[in-house]
Amino acid sequence: MSATETIVLSAQNLVKQFGGITATNNVTLNLRKGARHALIGPNGAGKTTLINLLTGVLPPTSGSIVLEGQDISALPPHERVRRGMVRTFQINQLFDTMTPMETLALTVSQQHGLGGKWWQALGSNKAVTERCEALLEQFHLTSVAHQTTNVMAYGKRRLLEIAIALACEPRVLLLDEPVAGVPAGEREELLQTVAALPADVSILLIEHDMDLVFSFANRMTVLVNGTVLTEGSPDEIANDPQVKEVYLGHGEGAQHG
Amino acid sequence: MKVPRRWAWWEYALWALLLASPLVLPERALIINEIAIVALFAVSLDLILGFTGIVSLGHAAFFGMGAYVAALLAKHVNPDPLLGLAAGMAAATALGAVCSLSIMRGSDLTRLMVTLGVALILAELANKLDWLTGGADGLQGVVMGPVLGRFEFDLYGQTAAWYSLTTLLVLFVLARRLVQSPFGATLKAIRDNRLRAMAIGIPVTQRIAVIYTVAAGIAGAAGALLAQTSGFASLDVFEMRRSADVMLVLVVGGTGWLYGGVAGALVFTLLQNFISSITPQYWTFWIGLFLVVLVLVGRERLLKPWTWFGRGGKA
Repeated sequence: MSATETIVLSAQNLVKQFGGITATNNVTLNLRKGARHALIGPNGAGKTTLINLLTGVLPPTSGSIVLEGQDISALPPHERVRRGMVRTFQINQLFDTMTPMETLALTVSQQHGLGGKWWQALGSNKAVTERCEALLEQFHLTSVAHQTTNVMAYGKRRLLEIAIALACEPRVLLLDEPVAGVPAGEREELLQTVAALPADVSILLIEHDMDLVFSFANRMTVLVNGTVLTEGSPDEIANDPQVKEVYLGHGEGAQHG
Repeated sequence: MKVPRRWAWWEYALWALLLASPLVLPERALIINEIAIVALFAVSLDLILGFTGIVSLGHAAFFGMGAYVAALLAKHVNPDPLLGLAAGMAAATALGAVCSLSIMRGSDLTRLMVTLGVALILAELANKLDWLTGGADGLQGVVMGPVLGRFEFDLYGQTAAWYSLTTLLVLFVLARRLVQSPFGATLKAIRDNRLRAMAIGIPVTQRIAVIYTVAAGIAGAAGALLAQTSGFASLDVFEMRRSADVMLVLVVGGTGWLYGGVAGALVFTLLQNFISSITPQYWTFWIGLFLVVLVLVGRERLLKPWTWFGRGGKA
C-alpha cells in the first residue's frame, strides 16, 4: 500500500467566499497517487467550485493547493495543466468552429511543446496525428473527425469533451460529471475508458449517478454545504448514517442528477 | 486532416490576376496600389480580430507609426524603399509589443481603450513635433529611391502597385502559414473558448500579446507602403476613421479567413471609387446602405440572388 499512499494533490483549508456566501468552507482533501476518488454531494454542495479552485479558474479566499509537493496556489490555469493537472467541464467547453481532429491536434501539439510553432502546418507532425487518430478511435469520434464541432450531436460533443482532457496526458484528472447527458448505454463504457487509464493517473470524479460512483471509486469524499462531511472507502460511505441522512433524509433520490 | 495544406487553384488565379493587373490596367495602377495597401492593413486586423477575437479600434496607431518612420527614414537617412519598409515594420512591431504589455491584464474593453488612446497620443505627437514631422502640413518631400536599386517609382504608379502587391503577397503567405500552424490553432481556440484554451495549457495572455505584436508589424508595413508610394505622410494616418474603415473592409470581405481582407479591400475601394464618380458628395450614403444590407442579408445570401425569394427555412 505504501506506493499508493503518496499524495499527489492536496487542497488545504480551502475557503471561497462570494460576497457573503461561503461556497467552499475550509475544505481539506487529499488525492492519493493512482486513486479513483469520487466527490459526491447534493446540488449546491460546492463541488464544481472546488474544481474551479483546484484548477485556478477561481482564486481561493484562503487556503492552499499543493500538486506533487509544490504549492501551485498562485499559478495561472495553464501552468497547472503543464504540471499535469487537467479537468473536464460539467457543461461542454469546446472550440465550436474547429473539428474534433483540429481540436485534438491542437491539444496534443500544445502538450508536445509545439503550440508556439508557427511555420509548420497543424497536424504535420506524425507523432501528433497518430496520437489524435488513436484518441478519435478510442472515443468513437473517427466518423465525425472532420465535422465542425458545433454541428455534432450532443453525445459526440460530450465524448470530445473527455477526449480533450485525455489528450493533455494528465497525471491528475478532475472529471466534473463526465457522463451527464451521455446515453445510458454508453456511460459504463465511457467511465471504464477513464477507469482504465494507467494506474499512476490519479482521478477525482464528480458524479451524481450512485451506481456509477460505486463501481468506479475506491475512495469517496462527501461534500455538503461547502464542507467535507466525511471521507472513506465506498463501503464506509455506503453505511455512513450521516450520508444516508443527507441523501435520503430530505426526500432527495440517490439517483438525483 | 488535409496536410500539408496546399493552395487551391483559385488562390493561384487570384494572385496571378492581382500581380498582372498593373500591366493590364496601367491607368488604374494608383487604385491597385491603394487596394493592395488596404488589403494588407485588413489582413493584419484579421489576425487579431478574425482569428483571435480581439476588437481593436486603434489599429491605425501601428499603420501611422509605419508610415511616419518610413517617410522620415527616406527623407533624412536613406531613400531605399525596402530599408524604409523594414524600419516601418520594426517600429510598429516595437510599438505593438509595448501596447501588448499594457493589455496583458486588461479586459477586452481595456484593450480597446488602450489602442484608441495610443492612436490619439501618436497623432498629437506627430502634430506637435512639427520640426520633425511637418505637423499639420504633413511630412512632405519624401523622395524614394528605386526598388532593389533598379525599379524607379513612376508617375502612373505601376512600380508602386507592383511593390505593394509583392509586399502584400509575401506577408500574406507568412500570415497564411501562421494561421494554419499549431500557433494559429491556439489563436482560434482562444477566440472560440478562452476558458477551455487555458484548460488545455495554452498561455492565453502571452499568445494574445504575440499575435498583437505581429499584427502591429504588418499594419506598420501597410503604413510604410502608403507613405512610400504617395511620397507623403500626414496626420490622417492615425485617424480613428482609418481604424474604423479597415474594420468595415474586413467585415465586408469576411473575418477569419485572411482572404476577407483582400476581397474586402477590392470591393470597398472599387465601390468607393465607382460611387464617388457618380455622386461625389454623397457616396458615403451608398457605402453605408451597402453595409447595412450586407450585414442584415448576410454575405452568402447576397452572393446567391437565387436564394433571396426562396422559403426562409430552406435558404
